[in-house]
Amino acid sequence: MDDDTFRGIVAELGDANFREKEAIAERLLESGHPGVRDVLTALMDGRVFIGGQSAVAFVVESTAEELAEFTLLDPANQRVLGTSQPSELSRVVTNNQLRRFLRTVVPRFSLASPDAEVRLEAVQQIMRALDATAIELLRARVGLEDDERVLYEIDTALALSMLDEGNSRQRLSAVNTLSDRLHPEVYNRLSVLVGQAEDGSFVEPDADVRRAADEALGGIELARAFYYVLETAFFGLSLGSVLALVAIGLTITFGVMGVINMAHGELMMLGAYTTYVVQLLMPGHLDLSVLVAIPAAFLVAGSAGVLIERTIIRFLYGRPLETLLATFGVSLILQQLVRTVFSPNNRPVVTPTWMSGSLQINEAFSLTYNRMYIVLISLVVFGVLLVVFKHTRIGLDIRAVSQNRLMARAMGVRSEWVDAMTFGLGSGIAGVAGVALSQLTNVGPNLGQSYIIDSFMVVVFGGVGNIWGTLIGGMSIGVVNKVLEPFAGAVLAKILVLVAVILFIQRRPRGLFPQTGRAAEDV
Amino acid sequence: MKTSTRVLSVLFSDRASLGFFGLLAAVAIVVPVLNLAVPASSPLHLSSYVVGLLGKYLCYAILATAVDLVWGFCGILSLGHAVFFALGGYAMGMYLMRQIGTRGVYGHPVLPDFMVFLNWDALPWFWYGFDRFWFALVMVALVPAALAFVFGWLAFRSRVTGVYLSIMTQALSYALMLAFFRNDMGFGGNNGFTDFKELLGFDLQSDGTRSALLVSTVVALAVTVGACRLIVASRAGRVIRSIRDAESRTRFLGYRVESYKLWLFVFSAVLAGVAGALYVPQVGIINPSEFEPINSIEVVIWVAVGGRGTLYGAVAGAVLVNYAKTYFTGALPEFWLYALGAIFVGVTLFLPRGLAGLVPAGSRVE
Repeated sequence: MDDDTFRGIVAELGDANFREKEAIAERLLESGHPGVRDVLTALMDGRVFIGGQSAVAFVVESTAEELAEFTLLDPANQRVLGTSQPSELSRVVTNNQLRRFLRTVVPRFSLASPDAEVRLEAVQQIMRALDATAIELLRARVGLEDDERVLYEIDTALALSMLDEGNSRQRLSAVNTLSDRLHPEVYNRLSVLVGQAEDGSFVEPDADVRRAADEALGGIELARAFYYVLETAFFGLSLGSVLALVAIGLTITFGVMGVINMAHGELMMLGAYTTYVVQLLMPGHLDLSVLVAIPAAFLVAGSAGVLIERTIIRFLYGRPLETLLATFGVSLILQQLVRTVFSPNNRPVVTPTWMSGSLQINEAFSLTYNRMYIVLISLVVFGVLLVVFKHTRIGLDIRAVSQNRLMARAMGVRSEWVDAMTFGLGSGIAGVAGVALSQLTNVGPNLGQSYIIDSFMVVVFGGVGNIWGTLIGGMSIGVVNKVLEPFAGAVLAKILVLVAVILFIQRRPRGLFPQTGRAAEDV
Repeated sequence: MKTSTRVLSVLFSDRASLGFFGLLAAVAIVVPVLNLAVPASSPLHLSSYVVGLLGKYLCYAILATAVDLVWGFCGILSLGHAVFFALGGYAMGMYLMRQIGTRGVYGHPVLPDFMVFLNWDALPWFWYGFDRFWFALVMVALVPAALAFVFGWLAFRSRVTGVYLSIMTQALSYALMLAFFRNDMGFGGNNGFTDFKELLGFDLQSDGTRSALLVSTVVALAVTVGACRLIVASRAGRVIRSIRDAESRTRFLGYRVESYKLWLFVFSAVLAGVAGALYVPQVGIINPSEFEPINSIEVVIWVAVGGRGTLYGAVAGAVLVNYAKTYFTGALPEFWLYALGAIFVGVTLFLPRGLAGLVPAGSRVE
């Protein structure tokens, strides 16, 4: 078939109804033309358009919303033909049935792709809807394929098909092959195999195959349970590291200065908005923007903190309850300020490519990159803080003032300056936490409020003024939360954790790792 | 006879008290008259909207008095009193819901609308009895009291004090807010209760009922302030103030600090519950947003504005701040949070004794 005929058939899509579109897609498939895969993929994504006076079909490169003009490609060879206003084109629409048809057909072309990742995904998609042609294609691929992971998937798919067509020996060996595969398709297929049909007869007539399938199922269930525990632990640790990151700034100001900073959540909010502003300022470098945002947010939130300390908090030392009220007032002002400047709606913060997606370890277990990086950020912040406290002059000063203010002053430590720096440090870390949160939740004026109570719980649970206590407290609360969630639901799990912390505080009023020494008596 | 003279002398000995109770009496008489007897065309007529607003402020005043009792006199900064207020309100709301009967949207004789909507076929056990007014009244006091008792018993016995206690009360209100937002709790989920029809057979929309509710609120406020004054002036009141000023020393003198704190906290919770119960029929709705931690903190700022440890100051602060809120949210909605924030900062920095600190020392209570 030459290119013009091919273009003509594609253009017929413009006037066709859904049933006719499916017929056209089949005709294209039979044509064997090299452009078929790209056109059908585009059709599936809603990127095929009809335009111009002679109703010519185009494939559009991208239909992203922010584009003012679409780039038009030739359906036959994907060459760029020009650009056009979206309003001058009409989209070839698809319905669910048509898309389902395309989803089973398109991957078969991807099997020949030079990119192993594309082939891998294609096999996984084919596996979800196996039929005779698909199995034929996969068999043909076995000899040509050189990538081990793709071969492994093909092996799984062929074994699955063998359960339907093979004789009892082949079925037995297929079950043995499948016994270490964690794909949900395998699990579902084997579960059917060991069950009984409606009339009471066994689905699988051969008792040996049934026994093998039963054993395989047991093994798979065990492995899935194991990975489920791992996954829960990972979710818990990532939630825990967020909580710990949010709480660490609080514990510094609370522990060292005896100051309850109710505006801590709003300082995080400032950090999150800083991320947003940095992205606006460097539109071409989204991947870099988060890295730039971390120091920027530290500076913005830190200076806001120093300002709050100099203008309000220093007049209230020794009156913790009053500080609580005053900083709450500050939090209201900051929230409203953000509403006035940025609008009350959430702001979109883009996740850079290196933080999106997930690391697929196997079919039952994957780790999302953004959560992994947030665990990493928390650990780095903790590391840096430990070094600052143990090995720098300002850390020494901070520890001296927190242990005995009068004695430190007598030794020549400028306690006022140390107070401002401590508060700035705690606030700056809140800003860094805000950058992390901007990758997890909506960036809006209420961002701070939703985390502040949890972070107070972490501080109180871990023991005030103790960095290790905060880390361990945050992690344990995070893990317990995630362990409870499947049984109790997200809201009830949170309530149970809150109640548990309240009860825990009754037994140990100063938390897991209480402050010792004289300073502890005054709080 | 001797005790009653003593009570009278505590309540009406100074000019401030005479003025306060006199003002309340005037409100209770003048406002209904201006609303009901003066014709709408007259410039002296008070609209039902103002009557409702005044009733709302006075409910807040009761709540503020309750907070002042524990914070101003005993040093317990509770950031969870909105919980007790809301629980009292929910108890009253449950009674009002049962009164709707077949007049609801679904017309079910027993189940409130939201239960029909959720496809429930029977009333949950904790809804039994709420069709009787006396039972609802008992619950208005009992539920907040029970929660305050359990929480206080755990907290005071293990000597959780100061900011720790504040944070714990805040967590408590947050947890309860999340709980009441759940549909399957059986309290109407995030919509709460609304669409009330009548209270004890009186139509809630009628002007007469509204005025009667206002008068009841005034009476409740007078009783609340009076009872708090009596407690504060008693021997126990002196122990309570000494706990605020030097808790350990009071303990070493042989007083059971935990018991004093616990009973004061429970009493204060009951007052907050009563305030909530009076509030719900006047505003016509109760939902989980009443549990929001910010509400509790706002109550504290009313007390701080008026001057803590004065009782009258708490009442004045509640009415003034809420009047400002009504005014600003109507006139300059964006400005209100700035103003509220500035009040928090300004009062703590420049008016640590609140407005009461501006009153010359001679006429001050305490």
